[in-house]
Amino acid sequence: MEFLGLYNYWVFAILLMVGFYAVVAKTNLIKKLIGLSIFQAAVFLLYITMDKVEGGTAPIIQKGVDGQLYSNPLPQVLILTAIVVGISTLALGLAIVVRIREEYGSIEEHKTQEMDRVP
Amino acid sequence: MVTLFGIFLLTMLVIVAVAMVRAANLFVSVMLSGIFSLLMAANFFILDAADVALTEAAVGAGVSTVLFLSALALTAERDRSPQRRRWLSLAVVTVTALVVIYATFDKPILGDPNAPVHVHVAPWYLEKTPELIDIPNVVTAVLGSFRGYDTLGEVFVVFVAGIGVLSILGVHGRRTTITADELERQASLMRHHEIPQVVGKLLIPYIVLFGLYVQFHGEYGPGGGFQAGAIIAAGVILYALLEGDWRAHRVIPQPVLTGMVAGGALLYTGVGVLAMLLGGNFLDYSVLASDPVKGQQYGILAIEAGVGITVTGVLLSIFHAFAGRESH
Repeated sequence: MEFLGLYNYWVFAILLMVGFYAVVAKTNLIKKLIGLSIFQAAVFLLYITMDKVEGGTAPIIQKGVDGQLYSNPLPQVLILTAIVVGISTLALGLAIVVRIREEYGSIEEHKTQEMDRVP
Repeated sequence: MVTLFGIFLLTMLVIVAVAMVRAANLFVSVMLSGIFSLLMAANFFILDAADVALTEAAVGAGVSTVLFLSALALTAERDRSPQRRRWLSLAVVTVTALVVIYATFDKPILGDPNAPVHVHVAPWYLEKTPELIDIPNVVTAVLGSFRGYDTLGEVFVVFVAGIGVLSILGVHGRRTTITADELERQASLMRHHEIPQVVGKLLIPYIVLFGLYVQFHGEYGPGGGFQAGAIIAAGVILYALLEGDWRAHRVIPQPVLTGMVAGGALLYTGVGVLAMLLGGNFLDYSVLASDPVKGQQYGILAIEAGVGITVTGVLLSIFHAFAGRESH
């Protein structure tokens, strides 16, 4: 079972690259943003994986309970705020895609680039 | 048992992520992204991150799916990417994945109590929170007080992103009149779906109540301004989906939302400045009351309220910006 202790990190690596694949291989802008959010979620998973302590529990201290181990609160704080920032920046990206669609009539990168090339 | 469940959830995550990228229909991708977020939230939960799981469930499975859908309504539903760069990308991605996986063999295994991340500053937070702030939820204590600067920065990022979306898509809330046809059209979109209508309306008050509970109970259990903001916004967005955008605007008009976007960030900064005026450092809440511990608690309550107000305002403004674009 020892090698399974790294399973979370392997999933992190695979998710990261699945998201990255969508960003580089797809030309559809919404698909790229979906890829970017998978990429982002993979980073969240990396941080939260690091917070776990064997035998620990969520870092909410109970009065009168001694000797309880708690998981690390710091990565949780960082990711908690990052999730909300992530949705705000995602919305900004989607807004730009909507404007591109209104100007170019397409959200496919190769088509908008072609239109830009024509003088 | 929990380990096996975790492995199952993680494997599901990978499958869903691959399906999201492969699906040619963007609608399918977006629906799968809701499932992805829910699986991710469950994962966070079994990794002891209750606060993060709550946020991911409210933001990822709730708000972000709706935002993606409203963007799809304004753009296109099919992914028409050509296949030409496929093999090159696949090769690059596979090599990088192998390099990252190779690097993971140097990581401490899951749950190792002697991992570097657990021996640095974290034990100090766990040890000092009962003494200095005296609230049970250490995550809230770190978020609101020990690392208040970070959180202030994040609130301003949310604020700036909200302003960005409003500048790109425009603010449509100034319309005070609406044609009867348009109102009828908006309200009738969901009318023939009786089950969402009835169940949705029953749920909305409880969603908003739960949001307020999460807001004010953040010191004692999982919760706080970020989660509460997302939950309350999700409740109002549900109302807008059921009754039409215009009616939702009547409940909270756009000028109020714009005020909330700026007001929450101002409240947060204001608490910091107040602490300075009372003789402490910026965001040092100890001086807010005669008892330093009480002062910390008041400070955290106030800044969490600021966070909640800004997040609700920004998420709702963004939603209205997308939804209002549709009818133009």
